[in-house]
Order: sequence, then structure tokens, then C-alpha cells
Amino acid sequence: MPDPSRAQSVPERLKQFGIAFALLAMCAPGVAFAAVTVVSLALVWAWVAIPVLLAMAVTIRAWANAHRALAGHLLGVRIDEPYLPVPRGSWFDQLRGLARDPARWRDLAWLFVNGTCGFALLAAAVVPLLAGLWHFVFPLLWSLAPGVFSGYLPFVTIDGPVEAFAYSYPLGAACLALWWRLAPTLLRANARLTWILLRPTERSVLAKRVRQLAESRAETVDTQAAELRRIERDLHDGAQARLVALGMSLGLADEAVERDPAAARELLAEARQATSQALAELRDLVRGIHPPVLADRGLPGAVQSLALACPLPVDVEIDIDGRLPAPVESAAYFAIAESITNVVKHSGASRAWVRLRHADRLLTIQVGDDGHGGADQSGGTGLRGIERRLAAFDGVLAVSSPAGGPTVVTMELPCESSSPRISPSSGTA
Amino acid sequence: MRVVIAEDLALLRDGLIRLLTAHDFQVVEAVDNGPSLLRALVTHRPDVAVVDVRLPPTFTDEGLRAAIEARATVPGLPVLVLSQYVEQLYARELLSDRAGGVGYLLKDRVSDIGQFVDAVRRVAAGGTAMDPEVISQLLARQSRNEPLAALTPREREVLGLMAEGRSNAAIAGRLFVTEKAVSKHTNSIFAKLGLPPSEDDNRRVLAVLAYLNA
Repeated sequence: MPDPSRAQSVPERLKQFGIAFALLAMCAPGVAFAAVTVVSLALVWAWVAIPVLLAMAVTIRAWANAHRALAGHLLGVRIDEPYLPVPRGSWFDQLRGLARDPARWRDLAWLFVNGTCGFALLAAAVVPLLAGLWHFVFPLLWSLAPGVFSGYLPFVTIDGPVEAFAYSYPLGAACLALWWRLAPTLLRANARLTWILLRPTERSVLAKRVRQLAESRAETVDTQAAELRRIERDLHDGAQARLVALGMSLGLADEAVERDPAAARELLAEARQATSQALAELRDLVRGIHPPVLADRGLPGAVQSLALACPLPVDVEIDIDGRLPAPVESAAYFAIAESITNVVKHSGASRAWVRLRHADRLLTIQVGDDGHGGADQSGGTGLRGIERRLAAFDGVLAVSSPAGGPTVVTMELPCESSSPRISPSSGTA
Repeated sequence: MRVVIAEDLALLRDGLIRLLTAHDFQVVEAVDNGPSLLRALVTHRPDVAVVDVRLPPTFTDEGLRAAIEARATVPGLPVLVLSQYVEQLYARELLSDRAGGVGYLLKDRVSDIGQFVDAVRRVAAGGTAMDPEVISQLLARQSRNEPLAALTPREREVLGLMAEGRSNAAIAGRLFVTEKAVSKHTNSIFAKLGLPPSEDDNRRVLAVLAYLNA
């Protein structure tokens, strides 16, 4: 973590000087942006001011983000953007959205504070070095043009070259010492000022979190509703229909048994066929809801069984102590199943591998293959579906799939595990 | 033939008892949970056991675990496992002791009574009776196991039917070829898997084990 007050090497100090100088130069345009915004606000009744305000909002956001990045770098922290999403719609709707975002008003306040207090701090960090250098150059300038530079040092009038050296070198040394001693602290103070005004407030962090939760909840509810509809349809068209057919076959067999035993026998065979098909459909349905092997063996066993059922060779490596919460196991299972299906369907791979690791309350899942790559996270509905499934648990998904391969899908799910029961295991299926 | 039955649903348990008794099996005990199954298997040492995978108290794979544990105590104890669904993983675990006398079938196969009773007899005799679903999954997989990769698709098909527990005659009927052609295939399979000439039944079991453990 770069801590400016501890940076003691000269190149490091000069780099800091560069940053301070740049920040100092950036104060004035910042104030200009703020002034334009304030004037436009006053003129908002005239419609021309609205596009100006919208343009300023974009500019100030970028401007503030640059400062967030710099201050974050100096303080060794990450400063996130606090903005609410800008609503789509007419200019007026957008402007209303901006006006309702406290972060935008804080930006405006910061521009003024940065243009005054920030400016003062930065100037105090920059000027001593410049002054020091000036004092070292001064005697030479005095010798070249004695008349012109006589009154250029504070408090005294210089009459001769010796006097010039005698006054200016100690002063220069004092300035440089002052710079060396104070500049890091001042730069840090400026960064802290930026941090205080530009970091997300607790309120905005919470608001953002609430927005995320509302989104993921809505998606979860949608997914579940769709899932229930699918189950209903599968039952209706599958097992239920088969059972109706079964009842009919049995009824007909009952009628035929005296009259035509051979036909009755055929109908009974049909009935048996219908039960088998109904059972097969129910089995598929159950597998889609909650695979029995997942209930029996937990995630490790279920993933091994997935690997065994896969037409490609799949290496499985599992490092999980204990059982994970059932909903997480289920989400992880279906995410892995979907990923393996993608590998088989799209990658053209000859091998695949699955790695599961649970450490520090984080379940990390990786599914990779040696295929031709080019998988697109935004393109396929498959990956999007996995993302939605994981989002319900604050999980995330990242895909690395350069053209030519290999493809690696990494998923992370925060979760705790219960009592250790399953020891680490690995194997090839 | 003495048989132990483990099934927790009374309806199915009574059905199995009736079915097996009608086919000259003697049901020595019918249990409804994992721990009693283990005790019954070890004390009665039946000629064959018909076991449901999911049993109390955990309602997970209790039956399978009890069967595997019993086979550890009584090596080669013939067990036919029934389940509402089949898992490669479980088939593999059942076969891992390479002792034979193992069956793994979907429950609805019971409705074809003739074939089911045949399967029970075959398992009791030390053979295998793998569900066609297990076999079809295996057929869909690329083989990466050296000797098995050398098999032709037709030979793999024959081996799959052998794993289901079918005789050469039955395989011939299924594939619409002569029995002689099937026996040519089986000999070629045995040769490729490096199984020395011995009693045919034993070689069949070994070939099937190699196939299922691939």
C-alpha cells in the first residue's frame, strides 16, 4: 500500500510532486465545471440549460472518477462510484433522476471545496519545492542582471553576489527541507478530503445493495415461476397423460378379457409400457428439480456422478469439508451441470475438468475444457441462466474463452459449510 | 432359493414377497430399514438379496451402503439393488469389489416379471444384471480405457448386452444375427480384454466388470 508520508526515495517523492502538480492544475477546470453547472441550474427554466446540465453531469462524473482513482491510489484504498443509475427517457426525466441522486450534489460541493481548501493544500505541497529551486538559481540570475533581480528575495535587498548567495542558499535549503517534511502529509490530506467527499456514503452503499437484492430477488422469483410452469406442463403432458392412457388400456382389457383374451393380453402389455414411460418421465422431472444423488451424496458425489454420465472424460477435483447449505449445493450443481452441457454441446473439446474448492466461506467452482473457445458470456442464454441462479446467492460468474480456447468458467458463491463429514477427494471419471 | 428383501414401502414390499414366493423363492426376512438389512444379510447369508436403495432412517442411499457393507463381511454375497433412478456412481461402487453377483435395476423393471425373476436368478448365480439405462450411458461415453478402446462398436454393443445379463442366444435375437456370430464377437472381446480361456460364465463376469469400471 503506497503511503505518501513514508515514501522516502527521491524518485518516489518526485512522482508525488507530479501528482500534486497535476491535481493542482485540475482545480481550476473543476471550479469552472461547477460554475457552469450552477449557472445552468439557475437558468433551468430556459430549456437550453438542460442539455448543458446533462453534459456537465457526464463530465463531472468522469472528472470525479479520475480524482477517486488518484486519491484511492494515494491512500491505498478503493473508492467506488456512488451514483444511482440515470433513468432512461426524455432529457427532463434524466435531469430529474440526476437531481434526486445525492451523489451528484456531493460532487458539486466537492468541486468547490477542492477548488479552495484542496487548492490550498496542494499549493502548500507544491510551492516549497519550486521556491527552493528558485532560491538556488537566484544568485546566478542576480550575477547576470544585478539591477533587475535586486528586490526578488523577501525581507532584504541584495547588493552584491556574496550577499545573494548568503541569503538565498539557506532560504532555499529551508524551503526544500520544508517540502521534504510536509509535502507527503499535505498530499495525503488532500486525498483524504477527496475521499471524504467522494466516497460512497453508508446510505448510498445500502441503497445500492437494496437495489441489487431487489433485482436478484425479482429474477429468482421469475425463474422459480418459470420452473413451476415447466414442471406443471411436464406433468400434464407427460406422466398425467400416460396414466390416463394406462387407465384406458386397463379398461379396454377388462372388457376384452372374456371375449378376446389375446387382445386383452396386448392391451395389458400396452398398459405396462405406459407405466414404464410415465416412470421414466417422472424420473427426468425429479432429476430436474432435485437430483436424488445430490440428496444422497451432497455436491461432491453429485458432481462425480455428473462427470460419469458425461460423454467426455471429465477430471474432477474436490476440496470441500462438510456439507454446504442445501440451496447452495443445488444452485452449484445445476450451474456445473449447465456448464458441462455447454462444453459437450458447443466447445468441441475432447476433455473437460471440474474443480471445486470451499475456503474462507467462499465456494469456488471452475469448469474448463480444451475446446476451441469463443464462448460469449452475454450471448448464450445458458450462461445467463447460470448467472441468474448464482445471483440469488450473491454468486458471480466469469468466463475466460479466447478464440482457439481453452474455455474456463469460474463461479464463486459465498457460503458457510456445516460439520465436516466428507474428506477431500479427487479422481478421474 | 433363500432371499432377503429390503423395501420400506409396505405396498411394494408385499408385492415383492408375493412375486418371489410365487416363483419358488423362500423369503427368509423382509426388512424396512438399513440397519436391520445389514443384520439380516449377515445373519441369514441368503442366496440373494433384493434391496431398495433408499431406506430409513436417512432416506438417502442407506440400502446401497448396507449392501456394500454386507458384501465386505460376506464376500460375493449376491445383491440385486432396485431404485427409482440409476446412477453410474452407484453401479461402480457396487462393482468395485470385482466379486460379481451384482444387479442394479430400475424399480419399474419389476413389472416385466419374467425378466425380473431371471435377473434375480442370474445375480444369485454370481452373474450381473445391469439396467439398460446404465449401459446406454456407458455406450454414449468415449472410451479412454486402453483395452476397451480397442473394441469395435459392435463388440461394445455385445458387451453392453452381456452386462445386462443376456445370454448369447438372447443377444443374437436382439441384434438380429446368428448365435454363432455373437460367440465370435464374445471370443474377440475376451481376447482383446486379455481374459484367458476358462469357464465361459466366469469370463463373462470379468469382461462385464472391466466394461462397467471403465
